[in-house]
Amino acid sequence: METLLNDFSPGLFVVSTILLLALIALMVKFAWKPILNSLEERESGIENALAAAENARKEMQNLQADNAKLVKEARAERDAMMKDARDVRDNMIAEAKEDAKEVTTKLIENAQASIQQEKQAALAEIKKNVAELSIGIAESVIKKELSNKNDQLELVEGLLKDVTLN
Amino acid sequence: MKIAQKTIKFLLIAAITFFSTVGFASESDKKHDDQNDGGRVNTKEEVEAYILHHIKDSHDFSFWSYTSDEGERKHVGFPLPVIIWSSEGLVTFMSSEFHHNDDGHVIVEKNGLKFAKIHSKIYELEKGATTVSFDETHHATNAHKLLDFSITKSVVGILLIGFLLLFWFSRLAKQYKTKQVPTGFARVLEPLVLYVRDEIARPNIGEKHYRRFTGYLLTVFFFIWVLNLSGLTPLGFNVTGQLAVTGCLAIFTLVIYTVSGNKDYWMHMIWMPGVPVLIRPVLAIIELAGALIIKPFSLLVRLFANISAGHIVVMSLIAIMFTLKESLGVVGATGLSLVLSFFITLIEVLVAFLQAYIFTMLSALFIGMAVADHSEAH
Repeated sequence: METLLNDFSPGLFVVSTILLLALIALMVKFAWKPILNSLEERESGIENALAAAENARKEMQNLQADNAKLVKEARAERDAMMKDARDVRDNMIAEAKEDAKEVTTKLIENAQASIQQEKQAALAEIKKNVAELSIGIAESVIKKELSNKNDQLELVEGLLKDVTLN
Repeated sequence: MKIAQKTIKFLLIAAITFFSTVGFASESDKKHDDQNDGGRVNTKEEVEAYILHHIKDSHDFSFWSYTSDEGERKHVGFPLPVIIWSSEGLVTFMSSEFHHNDDGHVIVEKNGLKFAKIHSKIYELEKGATTVSFDETHHATNAHKLLDFSITKSVVGILLIGFLLLFWFSRLAKQYKTKQVPTGFARVLEPLVLYVRDEIARPNIGEKHYRRFTGYLLTVFFFIWVLNLSGLTPLGFNVTGQLAVTGCLAIFTLVIYTVSGNKDYWMHMIWMPGVPVLIRPVLAIIELAGALIIKPFSLLVRLFANISAGHIVVMSLIAIMFTLKESLGVVGATGLSLVLSFFITLIEVLVAFLQAYIFTMLSALFIGMAVADHSEAH
């Protein structure tokens, strides 16, 4: 203990205190402050970068999910549209068929009706002609009868022959 | 441009160092050298004296000494300025004036006062005395010690390492201005800074307060570590083995945790809550003694003792070379000494780090106790 106390140098104590205080002050000012600040800056920078990367990754995932959803929706829409189109087409065809059927039946009906009419008209004319002919024949017969009985008879016979030919 | 200036400065310093070394070495002190054996260190007593002399602070910076062919004792190194506060005020001279004498036989006269150096301490002789006289326990009877502010070897060590640390870490700090990740030697320093901050300061002081104390802890850590390591080099610094230096560091820690202690800390120290009132004063005495005396004392003694012991052990093992020469033979003693001192030096490299770590760690712990919010601090 005595030698320890003897070895203790108060002068060195004072000198080293001064030097160490100066060293601590200088180191803090010129080394530790800028170093620690830069390190902290760098660490927070790294942290931010990692967080940003994580966010970007999440956003990416969201985007991808959105995309998939969009694609799905688009596909569904397309399918729906195609189905609609098919329905419309089918309807149109069906309608067109119906219309066509109606029109043809009407046309046929009309045609039949006009045929009937023509036939009636033709028959009527024939009847009329027959009547006229009959009247003409009757006239001629009557005229001949009035002149010669035999001749008249011959005439009627001849006329009747013609009539059957007709 | 800056780099060029630095290089020039470095060369200048190197040149000055070299020339002063040569100049000092050329001095011979045949006249005053009372060692007639040429400075040999052979016996156990001589080894012990040599080692004890080594772990003390020194007023010269000597690398080695040898005896020339003419029988002159020569020392290679350089002198350091002696600055002392004597009875007549400040006195300064170069330590070379003592001619490496360490037992009080060389008297230096300055300002009409006489000074002698005994066991690395400078004494002022009483008025009228011309030589130092000793009593039977080898204490000077007609001289007294002085306040010695000399630039001793330890002070040189502190300055050298201080400048080195400033140079290294300010360069690291500058690197961050231009890049995110430092290059070169700074890349080695960065993880060390991070280590002290994340493993010592942050966990022991706590997230909220550690920032304020990290600068001090970093300085202390690197100061102690680099000085410990430089003590293992042939430069032979024993700065962290000086009580004055470790005491100074311990007092810094004491001042910091005493000044920054919060209400909780003082409450637990002086008037411990939760114990019977009668016991409180007793506890207060124990707590105060613990905080103000035992903690800093443990800090200063641990560092001092470990580093001094390391130096003593390494040197003792080297001394095996001489002390066991007779029983083991030259080759055996030298081999044993080399092997043992090699491994002990390896361990000392570890101890150098460990002691820096422990000192910083305990400082952080004590500070952490003082600033903790919900303290169990006692």
